[in-house]
Amino acid sequence: MPSIASSSIVQFKNCRLVRGRTIVKDDFWVRGGRIINPEPVFFEEKVQADLTVDCHDALICPGFIDIQINGGYGYDFSSDLDKLEEGVSTVAKGILSTGVTSFCPTVVTSPSSVYHEVLPRLKRTPGGKEGAGILGIHLEGPFISPEKKGAHPPEFIQKIEGIDKVHDIYGNLDNVGLITIAPELPGALEVIHHLRSKGIKVSVGHSNGNLEDGEAAVNNGASFITHLFNAMLPFHHRDPGLVGLLTSQRINQPVHYGIIADGIHTHPAALRIAHRTHPKGVVLVTDAMAAMGLGEGHHHIGQMEVLVKGQKAQLVGTNTLAGAIVTMDSCVRHFIKEAGVTVVEAIEAATLHPAQVMGMDHLKGTLDFGSDADFLLLSDKGPLKVLNTFIGGECVYAAPGAHCIEYTQQRPLEEKVFS
Amino acid sequence: MKSRMNKEMGEVGGSYRSYGLRVSRALLLLLLSVSCWPVYAVAAASSLCISTCGGCPCKSDKFKMRLVILEDSERVAEWAARYIIKRINDFSPGPNKFFVLGLPTGGTPLGTYRKLVQYHKAGKISFKYVKTFNMDEYVGIPRDHDQSYHSFMWENFFKHIDIDPANAHVLDGNAPNLETECQQYEEKIKEAGGIELFMGGIGPDGHIAFNEPGSSLVSRTRVKTLNQETITANARFFGNDMSKVPKQALTVGVGTVMDAREVMVLVTGSHKAYALHMAIEEGVNHMWTVSAFQQHPRTIMLCDEDATLELKVKTVKYFKDLWTVHRKMIDDHMMESFS
Repeated sequence: MPSIASSSIVQFKNCRLVRGRTIVKDDFWVRGGRIINPEPVFFEEKVQADLTVDCHDALICPGFIDIQINGGYGYDFSSDLDKLEEGVSTVAKGILSTGVTSFCPTVVTSPSSVYHEVLPRLKRTPGGKEGAGILGIHLEGPFISPEKKGAHPPEFIQKIEGIDKVHDIYGNLDNVGLITIAPELPGALEVIHHLRSKGIKVSVGHSNGNLEDGEAAVNNGASFITHLFNAMLPFHHRDPGLVGLLTSQRINQPVHYGIIADGIHTHPAALRIAHRTHPKGVVLVTDAMAAMGLGEGHHHIGQMEVLVKGQKAQLVGTNTLAGAIVTMDSCVRHFIKEAGVTVVEAIEAATLHPAQVMGMDHLKGTLDFGSDADFLLLSDKGPLKVLNTFIGGECVYAAPGAHCIEYTQQRPLEEKVFS
Repeated sequence: MKSRMNKEMGEVGGSYRSYGLRVSRALLLLLLSVSCWPVYAVAAASSLCISTCGGCPCKSDKFKMRLVILEDSERVAEWAARYIIKRINDFSPGPNKFFVLGLPTGGTPLGTYRKLVQYHKAGKISFKYVKTFNMDEYVGIPRDHDQSYHSFMWENFFKHIDIDPANAHVLDGNAPNLETECQQYEEKIKEAGGIELFMGGIGPDGHIAFNEPGSSLVSRTRVKTLNQETITANARFFGNDMSKVPKQALTVGVGTVMDAREVMVLVTGSHKAYALHMAIEEGVNHMWTVSAFQQHPRTIMLCDEDATLELKVKTVKYFKDLWTVHRKMIDDHMMESFS
């Protein structure tokens, strides 16, 4: 793919945009890796675009953001530590084809030595041709409920005891963006408050807690629920559990909630109930593990062995789901099909909402002027399909069969072109 | 005869080239004068000429006001767009020869802009060698306010076409010195070679641009204080907060538009009917500033049926009878060039 001078103005034409919560027919302008407003370019700078691209009526949307992904293509972020950089870059590159332009590599419940080893090495990156950008690490554990461990190894689950212990277990938290914690654990509220004061987002999950525990956590700064319905008490009409956070009137801010829309982790009816209850909070996550992208067989997640059959990944010898092997674009398609949401709502669940969770929606997750030019060209004639992925205005992935991105130089008029 | 008329239909102000033709024309006029006596009554009263029959014998073919009556505003938009395209393409603009176009804002020309954009996208017209000058802009609201005339032109026209931004001129209502801005605008028009075709609308009170009743008919580009009626009418676009509604505007003068080589005024809707009557059936008067164009060498009043509701029945009947025949010739000729 040709590389464009960073100061060139590129005008994408013949496209529709997901903007302002709807689809509009409008041109799309990019310069210096950012989305720009063409009106001041016209009236103040008085220049036209340097290059134009015909999008053949594609739908342009912000790049997808996956804030819970444990690995893929044979690599796991919580183990195989000597291949960590290789693993992260393989996953970052691979998920471009699924429309993901930013992600949070997720580390599941692990021994302290793993955190000390891994955390300093998984730095935030802007993304580009080499792969999707890293927004920050998502630490899912070890301060979770042993009763709701899911596929996490029970021997590494920890009690909180205090802020100092949390720091001791994790080590350096500079590269961490999001931490999942069980709010009912003694000491949790203080830790949540502390982490928020350091700018780290906190999520409640893998919890045996009830609604009060969840509300207390949110009022101390928690803003997300990790994979709603999974690894928590089920909704009960007299005891709603964490699911009740979707409608609680006792929290000081609304919460977002992750949903694995792979047709396996969440029943479509549950997906619909959650979405209809709190449509602005839904965040699509893949929770993908090492087997994603590999097909059927034996693989490992964290310190555990996993068997993949069809679309399901289960812990060997049990029926416990071991994580997902779904891709983000599949989640978006599934969400539209099963929840009956509009294309715009599904796309927002994979872009705007995760950006809001990470506090990055001024730069990511939208096509607003001034945002980073991380976007996708989609085909919406039939189920949504990723045609091209762009990061910082540069095409980093083109699906086989998609139109080539051709940059046309603006040239002087030839009169014979017009009759 | 028919082919000569066709040629004339296609060229406004076309001139005859030979004596032989002049003789035939005289005979034709004689014939028509017998059948078309109302023409002289109307023409004498209001100095209107009809290009179809070659005009009244006392007027030159070069000077005429045409009254084109079409069924509805949709047809008006289509005709206006095609006329602009035809004029630009016939002009054959190039890097050393720009076509200078004067443009309005408002509800009336919206359809025309839509059609122009459509035809541009279909490859029928390029604005690469076109310079534009807009008529007016509010004073004191941000350029990117959704009610500014910059925003109107950007959303409805400029963003869809290939005009060079340096050639799209709109008065700057936030200029540090408004008088200087107006003077410089007049100079820019002069430097561009003057306006070849100025498209405009008409207010219910007969104003053109912001030249409200009482404006001098020889006025130039200047700052105008808006009258209370205009401010009240605009309040709905500014959240009904009177403090936010602009009280002044920069506008080209009547004289500025009169300097254009050709003027096309779009008049649609029954609420404009009385203004049209005062514009063409009564005298030139600064209380109905658009009446100044009775003294312009080349003006088209482009109207829909509703806009003619206050004209004398005989005026309308006359034009309709004539235009039923000749309109077909003009329209087919102009419409054909697009198929």
